[in-house]
Amino acid sequence: MAPLLEVRNLRKTYARHDEPGRRVVLDDLSLSVSSGDVVCLIGSSGSGKSTLLRCLDLLEPIDDGVIEFRGREISDPAVDPRVVRRDIGMVFQAYNLFPHLSVLDNCTLAPRKVHGLSPAAAREKARDLLARFGLDEHVDKHPDRLSGGQQQRVALVRALCTDPALLLLDEITAALDPELVGEVLDIVRSLADAGTTMVLATHEMGFAREVASHVCFLDGGRIVEEGTPAQVLGTPEQARTREFLRRVLPQA
Amino acid sequence: MSTGAPAADWRPSERELARRRTRSRQRRHRVVVASAATVVVIGVLGAALVLSPGWPRVRATFLDLHHARESLPSIVDGFWLNVRMFLIAEPLILVLGLALALLRQAQSAWLVPLRGLAVLYTDVVRGIPTLLLVFLFVFGMPALGLEGIPTSIFFWATVALVVSYSAYVAEVFRSGIESVHPSQLASAEALALSRAQTMRHVVVPQAVRRVVPPLLNDFVSLQKDTALVASVGLFDALFAAADYGNFNFNFTPYVVAALFFIAMTVPLARLCDVLARRLARRERAGGL
Ligand SMILES: Nc1ncnc2c1ncn2[C@@H]1O[C@H](COP(=O)(O)OP(=O)(O)O)[C@@H](O)[C@H]1O
Ligand SMILES: [Mg+2]
Repeated sequence: MAPLLEVRNLRKTYARHDEPGRRVVLDDLSLSVSSGDVVCLIGSSGSGKSTLLRCLDLLEPIDDGVIEFRGREISDPAVDPRVVRRDIGMVFQAYNLFPHLSVLDNCTLAPRKVHGLSPAAAREKARDLLARFGLDEHVDKHPDRLSGGQQQRVALVRALCTDPALLLLDEITAALDPELVGEVLDIVRSLADAGTTMVLATHEMGFAREVASHVCFLDGGRIVEEGTPAQVLGTPEQARTREFLRRVLPQA
Repeated sequence: MSTGAPAADWRPSERELARRRTRSRQRRHRVVVASAATVVVIGVLGAALVLSPGWPRVRATFLDLHHARESLPSIVDGFWLNVRMFLIAEPLILVLGLALALLRQAQSAWLVPLRGLAVLYTDVVRGIPTLLLVFLFVFGMPALGLEGIPTSIFFWATVALVVSYSAYVAEVFRSGIESVHPSQLASAEALALSRAQTMRHVVVPQAVRRVVPPLLNDFVSLQKDTALVASVGLFDALFAAADYGNFNFNFTPYVVAALFFIAMTVPLARLCDVLARRLARRERAGGL
């Protein structure tokens, strides 16, 4: 079966603000994600994880390479990014909920305005999902009134309300207190169990080991090592991977 | 951190080259559409103007090159007065406006009466038409007959503009100050900054950046309102144009004066756009 998402030889650069020339952030990167896969991107800060996720959601123009989604090249300039994004959900590290809208309105905005659901249908669906993730009492509150963990759960629900075929999660627990990390990861775990296809950048190695079907270690904008969690996290072959794991894992 | 090494030997792939061709084709297409739309719109407006029945008379009375040239020197002289008045009034307005806005935010106990005054000032002044303020100051103040008070019309007209606009500008600053997120106040307080230091180093710098566009709006408005002084007999650009027009039964000088005002406001608007864009780029780089 053809993969859901296929990235070939992706290259992304940014202008340097201090000197001429461009800084290469993603370098000849290839990645394949099949339906039902949970791909974890690990790597130190600045290795390009967020940039990769933003490129996949067409939030950044790329310099070279091909991104295919459902067998169609979406990096083609003739493709309308909004059509692609209808089927891709993205959640950011800083939640990025709309502060002027209630939790429910945050979750129904895109279903109503982009996917053409009736207000009633959108509300019902959002309420269902919010209730499933323990947020039923907060539906009518504004996001600033919620804890970080609750806000991030709302952000996940907001992304899920449009039934995305692919979910991109960018370090969604990095801004949370340790005690709140669990409640957000529980949701991701249940999504993984339900077969949701996800690409997620994470610093939670234990979580990656548990839910990932595939782990990619990024360094300097390249995938240095990839494989099953047991391979990459348990018996890494590359020296750089081992060094990174030594730094982030307490004991080994 | 990526190393710079692979950058040198990278060559765009065939696919990327094809994509670039597509993008430049799309760009060309947009340029063509935009140009065509512009030509059509301008053409229609121009045709409507030129084909209207009164066009020959309008052209003779409003767009006469001879009268434009004749009236130019006195309009230039008059316009210089507008420019001077604007240049003097604007800094005063900014200072007074910011001071009023800060007063309204002040929390120290002995500033409370001043806070009330600041509220009263903006409420009253904003309610009075600027032209009326000009009359009140220009004719009223000298009439008081107080010793040592200047009697110059230019002086009192400028004061009237400063009073009127500082009330508007104070409200603009205030909305900017109030839009700074409370978490910013909290983190400044957590660093043990005093209320004044918080304002000076954290809140006001962010507020000012945000209110640049509405401030510009008030600047432009002020530039135009310097022409209100024509009504109290000051020889500004509008007065010069009216003077010439009434004498020669031709309105072309009004158009000339209007062009002068436009020439002053447009560069300012573009400058502010550039500044705002540069700020936004610097602050949001890499942020998502
Ligand atoms: N908008 C931007 N402009 C310039 N450089 C950027 C921008 N976004 C990210 N970068 C740079 O790209 C590199 C990769 O960043 P990022 O993808 O955020 O890494 P990660 O998410 O793995 O920490 C970093 O060196 C960062 O400074
Ligand atoms: Mg990141």
